[in-house]
Amino acid sequence: MFGPIFSKPLSSKNNKTGSWRMGKRPKFLQTNCIACRMCILICPEGCIEGEDKNTYHCDYDYCKGCGNCVEICPRQDIVMIEDK
Amino acid sequence: MKRFLEGSQAVANSVALCKPGVIAAYPITPQTHIPEELSKLVAEGLLNSEFVNVESEHSAASVVLGSTACGVRSYTATSSQGLLLMGEVLFNIAGLRLPVVLTCANRAVSAPINIWNDQQDSISLRDSGWAQFYVENIQEAVDFHIIAYRLAEDRNIMLPVMVCMDGYILTHGVEVVDMPEQKDVDRFLPAYKPLYKLDIENPLTLGFLADTDYYMETRFAIQKTHQEILDLLPKITHDFRNVFGRDYGEGLIETYRTTDAERVIVAMGSVCGTIKEVVDQLRRKGKKVGLLKVITYRPFPIDKIYEALKNVPKVAVLDRALSLGADAPLYTEIRAIFFGKKRSPKLIRSFIAGLGGRDITLDSIKEIFKKLSLKTTEEEFIDLKPELLKDKV
Amino acid sequence: MKEIRIHARAGQGAITTATILGYAYFLKGFYPYAFPHFGAARMGAPMNAFLRVDTKPIRLRSQIYEPDYVLIVDPTLLRGFNCLVGLKDDGIAIINEGEGIDKSKLNFKRKLYFVPAAKIALETIGKPLANTALLGAFIAVSRDLDIEVLIKSLEIRFKGEILEKNILSAKKGFEFVKERF
Repeated sequence: MFGPIFSKPLSSKNNKTGSWRMGKRPKFLQTNCIACRMCILICPEGCIEGEDKNTYHCDYDYCKGCGNCVEICPRQDIVMIEDK
Repeated sequence: MKRFLEGSQAVANSVALCKPGVIAAYPITPQTHIPEELSKLVAEGLLNSEFVNVESEHSAASVVLGSTACGVRSYTATSSQGLLLMGEVLFNIAGLRLPVVLTCANRAVSAPINIWNDQQDSISLRDSGWAQFYVENIQEAVDFHIIAYRLAEDRNIMLPVMVCMDGYILTHGVEVVDMPEQKDVDRFLPAYKPLYKLDIENPLTLGFLADTDYYMETRFAIQKTHQEILDLLPKITHDFRNVFGRDYGEGLIETYRTTDAERVIVAMGSVCGTIKEVVDQLRRKGKKVGLLKVITYRPFPIDKIYEALKNVPKVAVLDRALSLGADAPLYTEIRAIFFGKKRSPKLIRSFIAGLGGRDITLDSIKEIFKKLSLKTTEEEFIDLKPELLKDKV
Repeated sequence: MKEIRIHARAGQGAITTATILGYAYFLKGFYPYAFPHFGAARMGAPMNAFLRVDTKPIRLRSQIYEPDYVLIVDPTLLRGFNCLVGLKDDGIAIINEGEGIDKSKLNFKRKLYFVPAAKIALETIGKPLANTALLGAFIAVSRDLDIEVLIKSLEIRFKGEILEKNILSAKKGFEFVKERF
């Protein structure tokens, strides 16, 4: 008998962690972005995407609202706003 | 072919016949000769295997965890502190259901530091999920490594197996061994075909977080699988007999002159040979004595032991390890078998002997049989030196 | 069953000696069990190697307390410790003859064979490794085995020049006993 031993890739997509946000969410202003990609690296959910300057955004189905991207952005181009 | 081999050398050659793809080990007395011989076989090109030199036992266990997870048959060996340092990884190997085979060259655990034989090291890891065999002689050590791989890699089992052999007595002992032929091992032990493996072409996650919703089922599954081992092992030893001609019964226990016995010692490992000698000596004098050897300690073959001992009036359990602060491990479990049962020995007594290499002689065993005739039921240490015991430092 | 106890110091090759002798018995169809017991597990520390021989596989795993034979590789061990303890009344001791042994203190009805094994080894091997000369002497004394089977056993363990020297050493030990006793 086995039990849960391993999981296949993408299975964590079933866990929509966006519901964990507690009142605030990041807003990507897309005005002063220099495409340094620091927000992608720091995001614990890996839910930020973007290529060129001012194209970065996140998937709110998974964003937990931790605010790490806001803290790390060297151009203050991401801000926390009320999550409505 | 019959050869005159040192235990470690014999085991290393037996492991080589199983063709592990990865071997990782860190030297520790009295295990050292095993990886030494294996590294020699690899260096001489006689064994096509990756021998990974590591910086600790923790790393050795981690390497074989990783290599087995990648679908490669793997092997490691250790003793004493080394086994304990591996401990954390050993629980992981079992939890990940990886069929690693490990030799524990049984040695006492520090402090005080002691390189000689007892079984405290592997007994301390009895709850890790590994199956454990305790062998009596070098031939059994050789054979049970081959059986271990066959059992571990069975697709219904997928659990690691530890083969425990007494340090020095078996690892450094030299005796006549019938070494299996490669073609027979190949017939008995097919190439390892993993149920799942880490593969970049077909990715999966091993060792994910299992929260309260999942963890308990993984443990339940291992518990159930251990029950399945009790059913499967007799079939494997049966196959083994057909291929190699050596009979280990069901591979769980061995009874020696117990049928009409009034006094029986239960023990594990090389001391069983010495007990057999005493049993024969006392039988010649008309004393009805016998031995029950526990080969498979995990899973614990409760039903088999019950059947073997239920009509025996007096049972002595000989432990070569302790559970400090409580009754000795094997003794506790033997007693537990009979709680609430209709038939049961009238007396089950705990004897501790041979800790830290204290020699277990014919007289030590005779003393146990003698003390089993007494009224007392207390735990007893055999060959203890009271003159060394002080109440004040 | 025959029991042989070897007294030596760690590093003097006592385990090898027990194994070579065991192999010789093995070649004759016996079931030997050779094993060591270390004290301090450091070079120079007193240690024992044991050999049990029988016509069926050995089960007894304890050390040897009442040997049929005692081989003493290093005579300095006799200073402070009775290497002959437990030797059977009809037992035999083969001792590497060294300086400073007070033979008068080594009592006995038991047969003691003093063999200048270290001297033989210096002449043949060039190092004071008394083991193979003692084994040659053992073959002469015990009569269980012949010198040819010992040589076969040495051939398993050694090669080339070292083998030749050890065979010579064994033969000299053998001849010494044959001539003297």
